[in-house]
Amino acid sequence: MVAVAIEDDVLVVGGGLAGLTAALAAADTGARVRLISHKRSTLRHASGLIDVLGYGPDGRGPLVDPFEALESLPETHPYARVGSEIVREALHFFDAVVGDAYGGCHTTANALVPTADGTVKPTARYPASVAAGLASDARATLLVGFETVTDLNAPLVAAGLEASGVPFPVRGETVPFPGGLRDDATRTRYARALDQDERVEAGSVRVRTALAEAIRSLLRPADRRLGLPALLGLENAAVVRRDLEERLGVAVFELPTGPPSLPGERLERLLFDALEAAGVRVTTGVPVVDFETESDDPTRIARVFVDRNGARVPHRAYEYVLATGGLVGKGIRSSRAGVREPVFGCPVAHPDERIEWSAAAPFGEHAFARFGLETDGWLRPLETDGSPVFANLRAAGAVLGGYDFPAECSGSGVSLATGYAAGREAGLEVSA
Amino acid sequence: MSDADRFSETDRSSDASDPVSVFPDAESMDLRPGADDCYKCSTCDSVCPVAAVDDDFPGPKFQGPEQWRLERHDDREIDPSVSACSNCMRCDDACPSEVPLSQMHNTARAAYVEGNVPRLSRTYLRNRLLSNYGRLAWLGSKLPRLTNFVMGLSVTGWINEHVLGITSEREFPTFATETFRAWWRRRGGAQVENANKRVAYFHGDYANYNTPAVAKALVRVYEHFGYEVVVPPQRCSGTPMFANGMLGDARRAARFNVETLADLVADGCAVICSCTSCSMALRQEYPELFDFERTELVAANTYDALEYLRINEDLESALEGTETDAFAGLAYHAPCHARNQGLDGQALEVLESVEGVDAEDVGDSCSGISGTYGWKRERYETSMAIGEEMFRHMARADADAGLTECPTCAMQMHHGTGYEIHHPLEVLEAALSTPDGR
Repeated sequence: MVAVAIEDDVLVVGGGLAGLTAALAAADTGARVRLISHKRSTLRHASGLIDVLGYGPDGRGPLVDPFEALESLPETHPYARVGSEIVREALHFFDAVVGDAYGGCHTTANALVPTADGTVKPTARYPASVAAGLASDARATLLVGFETVTDLNAPLVAAGLEASGVPFPVRGETVPFPGGLRDDATRTRYARALDQDERVEAGSVRVRTALAEAIRSLLRPADRRLGLPALLGLENAAVVRRDLEERLGVAVFELPTGPPSLPGERLERLLFDALEAAGVRVTTGVPVVDFETESDDPTRIARVFVDRNGARVPHRAYEYVLATGGLVGKGIRSSRAGVREPVFGCPVAHPDERIEWSAAAPFGEHAFARFGLETDGWLRPLETDGSPVFANLRAAGAVLGGYDFPAECSGSGVSLATGYAAGREAGLEVSA
Repeated sequence: MSDADRFSETDRSSDASDPVSVFPDAESMDLRPGADDCYKCSTCDSVCPVAAVDDDFPGPKFQGPEQWRLERHDDREIDPSVSACSNCMRCDDACPSEVPLSQMHNTARAAYVEGNVPRLSRTYLRNRLLSNYGRLAWLGSKLPRLTNFVMGLSVTGWINEHVLGITSEREFPTFATETFRAWWRRRGGAQVENANKRVAYFHGDYANYNTPAVAKALVRVYEHFGYEVVVPPQRCSGTPMFANGMLGDARRAARFNVETLADLVADGCAVICSCTSCSMALRQEYPELFDFERTELVAANTYDALEYLRINEDLESALEGTETDAFAGLAYHAPCHARNQGLDGQALEVLESVEGVDAEDVGDSCSGISGTYGWKRERYETSMAIGEEMFRHMARADADAGLTECPTCAMQMHHGTGYEIHHPLEVLEAALSTPDGR
């Protein structure tokens, strides 16, 4: 019996920022779109900041205007492939999707966001919850961490910020989180307590009230804003922040932390809601493992196979977008035998000698940081001879090579720009 | 002996590069790579529905990789909190690093029950009873009306609550006056014979004893598409047994199922399930926990009933123009075990083509009942706290009935809202029996 495939116009493989953006951009052209994601979205691994370019490939920076620097990138960089106009368009597309949940769209200049590491990160867009904390702002700042939340050591962060020369006085203090959650409670547990304003101290008082009281005595008259670790609610984050601001009379902001990141999860929810509103069909929990080309045209993918514990389920589309991530996201795999892209077997250029994959110094010039697919200007992955691997396959996000996103602070921007370009082109191809 | 001494002794006595075997009496599973793959991102902890409402539960990262490491020490016993895991398997779906969390939990739970729960304790007897629900149901189904009457008595509730530790907050599911298998025999088995399109139906205990309407719907839908349905002898899928750490019982049931189903698969049948926890057991838990011959063969040929139809028939065209007015407003809940098989969007996508059906997804929260979990007196509150979000979204949906593939999620949905709960196959059956669907 020949299996019938589940059919859509555009099939996006991967549920991170690039895949979600590609699916939204494709749906925007009127195409019927499906997104397949093996695991829950990796956005909770992301800070929630949308950086475009914080540092040049030569390490220059932090850059004031990322767009200025885009023009001088090497032609193998994904930004150079799509062009700076597409990067701008992609940001506008993002702005329209997220609305006032994000700030920064009033300028092309980078904003400087203090992080829980005590560093200042240049970024193009930032969640509303970090807006009051921008380092360009001269207001005196108090940072408060919680004894049981190891992600933010407030005195250390304050010292780090001072050392980096921020134009405002900053102090750090540590308090116990009211109510005594278990020592290793997850950040989502804290968020839930604040979201629901749970009762603490034998039910006599609400947690937000108790937290405000604990912080009040630490504030000095000159302090104008208060920074807390990014766990201030998930569903009611804006209310939690506003409540604390009213009680304490200062602006409240979050310092983004590592995973699981609440600003990242808030963005994930926002984008999945947008997918639902756009009518994108979503399949999660299963990996795409294999494909077949058209019997009469080996340059086109006919269908892909999803693996459900050994049983293969076919999905068919006219256009495909590969957004499976890089080495961490497992869109690129490495072993002693080499480096490969596991779904379509697109070539990944890498030195034969494994010793050359990484540099000796921890922050040296690592070759592996740039491992990924090479593409043409339409983001079609290329064979080693420069021809497209398939006519109807495009790639977006960290599966692409030629850029070092942690060093450049360009991860979200590349995902947005290439996701937008790949999704839009795929959608237009269908309606053409 | 100091820790340092013990470590060096361990090092001398074993080759450090050899994989460490987990539990000597369990199947030959090497969970070391799973523990090594965990990079402590805690994403699993942040999606665990139990950890979200129970501050005493340390979460899946501890129950899996961390507990496994601690257990390498001779003086460490498995933490009792592993019993508070509901086996929803959402952590599997969340892990970005391929850690087989539910496999580690199932194994740890079995070792805990084996080593730490006395055979004569109330907890052991109660859990053994609950996990062997199918055996009890067989008895109950002999005299369904009497059983239903007795189970509904307040004195039964009192005994359950105080003697057995089974919550009396829930109403026991009623036994059908005719089981699915009795109906199947009475109608003379398959009405369609087709050597080229044959499926083996794994109905599980619940559809047989409690909701035969779902099983009958499956048969009618498949016969509508010209399939020959085979209903092989079968035992419980093992789902409640894994969740209660009764791995010995699960092993016996699984061996029987694998042997029976593998013969049919070899004969050209695909295995189809109407319960997503049954299909999850056959597809994932069997290969993860057992190594009978042909376990993998059965796993690779098992499908959810709707999924199989969808990839073998042009379901969208077949449903075009069909209509039913029996299912106007439905609040759909995707079971966690459906989600892990990539089936979460399926029911609504398929039903979109049926005129008159208006189904709304109520979000990705867990129903909280997790099979036998929510039936335990000490877990009832946790179960309802987890279900709270789903109840709220169901109430907010423009619906007066519910829709789901999982029989215990259906119990919880009914318990929390009072809605009648349907199975997607029942809606499909109604749609296909309209004149246009013929």
